Amino acid sequence: MTDLALPAPADAAAPAAPGLRTEERRRQRLAYLQAGPLALVFLVFLAIPLALTLMVSFWEYNEYEIIPAFTLQNYRDIFEGCLNASDLCTTARTYLSTLKLCALTWASTLLVGFTVAYFLAFHVRTRTMQTVLFLLCTIPFWTSNVIRMISWIPLLGRNGLVNDTLMGLGLIRAPIEGLLYSDFAVTLAFVHLYTVFMIVPIFNAMARIDRALIEAAYDAGASGWQTLWSVILPLTKPGIAIGSIFVITLVMGDFVTVGVMGGQQIASVGKVIQVQMSYLQFPAAAANAMVLLGAVMLIIAGLTRLIDLRREL
Amino acid sequence: MDVELIRLTKRYGDTIAVDGIDLKVRSGAYCCLLGPSGCGKTTTLRMIGGHEAVTDGDVVIGPRSVGDAAPAERGTAMMFQSYALFPHLNCRDNVAFSLRMRGRPKAERRARALAMLDLVQMGHLAERLPAQLSGGQQQRVALARALVTEPKVLLLDEPLSALDPFLRVRMRVELKRIQKDLGLTFIHVTHSQEEAMALSDLVVVMNAGRIEQAADPRTVFERPATAFVARFIGGHNVIALPDGPVAVRADRMRLGPDAGPDARPARVVAVEYQGTSVHIGLDHAGLDLLAPDMDGPGRPSEGPAALTAILSDRAFAAAPLGLGDVVAVGWDPEAAHRLNA
Repeated sequence: MTDLALPAPADAAAPAAPGLRTEERRRQRLAYLQAGPLALVFLVFLAIPLALTLMVSFWEYNEYEIIPAFTLQNYRDIFEGCLNASDLCTTARTYLSTLKLCALTWASTLLVGFTVAYFLAFHVRTRTMQTVLFLLCTIPFWTSNVIRMISWIPLLGRNGLVNDTLMGLGLIRAPIEGLLYSDFAVTLAFVHLYTVFMIVPIFNAMARIDRALIEAAYDAGASGWQTLWSVILPLTKPGIAIGSIFVITLVMGDFVTVGVMGGQQIASVGKVIQVQMSYLQFPAAAANAMVLLGAVMLIIAGLTRLIDLRREL
Repeated sequence: MDVELIRLTKRYGDTIAVDGIDLKVRSGAYCCLLGPSGCGKTTTLRMIGGHEAVTDGDVVIGPRSVGDAAPAERGTAMMFQSYALFPHLNCRDNVAFSLRMRGRPKAERRARALAMLDLVQMGHLAERLPAQLSGGQQQRVALARALVTEPKVLLLDEPLSALDPFLRVRMRVELKRIQKDLGLTFIHVTHSQEEAMALSDLVVVMNAGRIEQAADPRTVFERPATAFVARFIGGHNVIALPDGPVAVRADRMRLGPDAGPDARPARVVAVEYQGTSVHIGLDHAGLDLLAPDMDGPGRPSEGPAALTAILSDRAFAAAPLGLGDVVAVGWDPEAAHRLNA
């Protein structure tokens, strides 16, 4: 969002160019100078790598080498068979699987994130306590991603803690199979990993809500749920949108969690790209990455259509 | 509807915000709770409105004691100091909010909201968001929102304090008009004695959680009950005489030859021309003035011990005074109002 806003002063000054006085010209130069460092970071770490990926996605490759040329074959391979309406092509099925995980994770993190943020923002009275509890939410991040993920395995496995306990209590006779290496396990790990990204922006949005509005709603006869639905939720939308963007982009591109928690059995777009990379099929991986980028951008564009982030911020 | 407070008390831990006050506001009255900040007037208002739990005592609205009832069940509506308009809703939806919460059909909601907006002359801006309105306009919308549920008692928490002086006077007139038209009981919290005088049928002067005086504005001004009231209401000199403190209205002070037999000499320390009148500041001349801080937060801005005399512009022109002049100062014995300490 920052990069969108930064060029604005320069744009505004542009039409007046002929009669520009030195003072204005100096200010304009200064504005460019101030935008410079961030623009440079974006250029080096975002724009150039993206351009390179785009370029490579059109190159040819075979078992032995990568050939700088221009071909659409990589993209044709991705969508091969996708025009056939009767059964889904591999790419479509992969995307469906990824989107399903994405939707499940998004819904769960939103529910958990909203609840936690609501509690922090509206029920915890003192600022100190808010900070303490907030830091508590970040404690899981003191260990690495992979460790947090792997630690689920002894818990969820066939002879893991959960199954053992349930069997010990006599609630089930045979172990539940779907606990580990399933959509459930993947979603659980995602929720564990990413809920904080939902909590932070939602909490921020909630903290900015004037408490007098809650009183005004109460005065108008709104019940707690009505206040939540008609006042707090609409005013929290920008936070929800930002959190959703975080979670969706992270889940769409993930391959580690899906691999570990899905027992390498669940398809995801990130996984496809990773496999192609490991076979050194860089052009194919690049093409897949470009398609994924497009898909994520579409989702975010849809989200920002629902919520005008620039107006809300 | 009548509003009655019986031994109403609010305690926060060890501090007492409202200290067992009794008050009766009759139906259709415009009541102003007046006092310096921290005197408990807003807490009182919030207890009447059901936004603050009562520690002890009772709030009686109409025939019944409201106890812990929610605001909507009390027949009160509150207008908040910062207006508290919902930023995501346009004016019409803001006004219609409480009707929506009560599940009224959409057509009725719209019609009643628009009628209310027309009442406050905001009908033409019904589609605007609060952020697109000026302070005065937001205030009108807030008023419409409070009135749309047809409350019997409207509670206003410093409604005019955020407006510029010119708008404040205009909105004041409008508040009074709407109150008379609808015949509602208004309870209005303010720290401006001018506002309280201009609006109210009943002025309740509060200090440190207690009511110092509750009476119509004229009584409060002519016969302030305590030194605090005399000083807070303004326009009075509080003078300690051997047999107790008295308040003398500044415009009843006599200067020069009219000063009477008990006149004392005083030195002129300030001359302020105000158009129709001239305010003369006088250095105390052997008169003990009651220190303003003797009963808690008063009006420190008035300075420690200066008398004020207000002369009409004509009287001043006939006998002009300059800084440093020494002049005889006195007052008619009947102009001195005895204070209850």
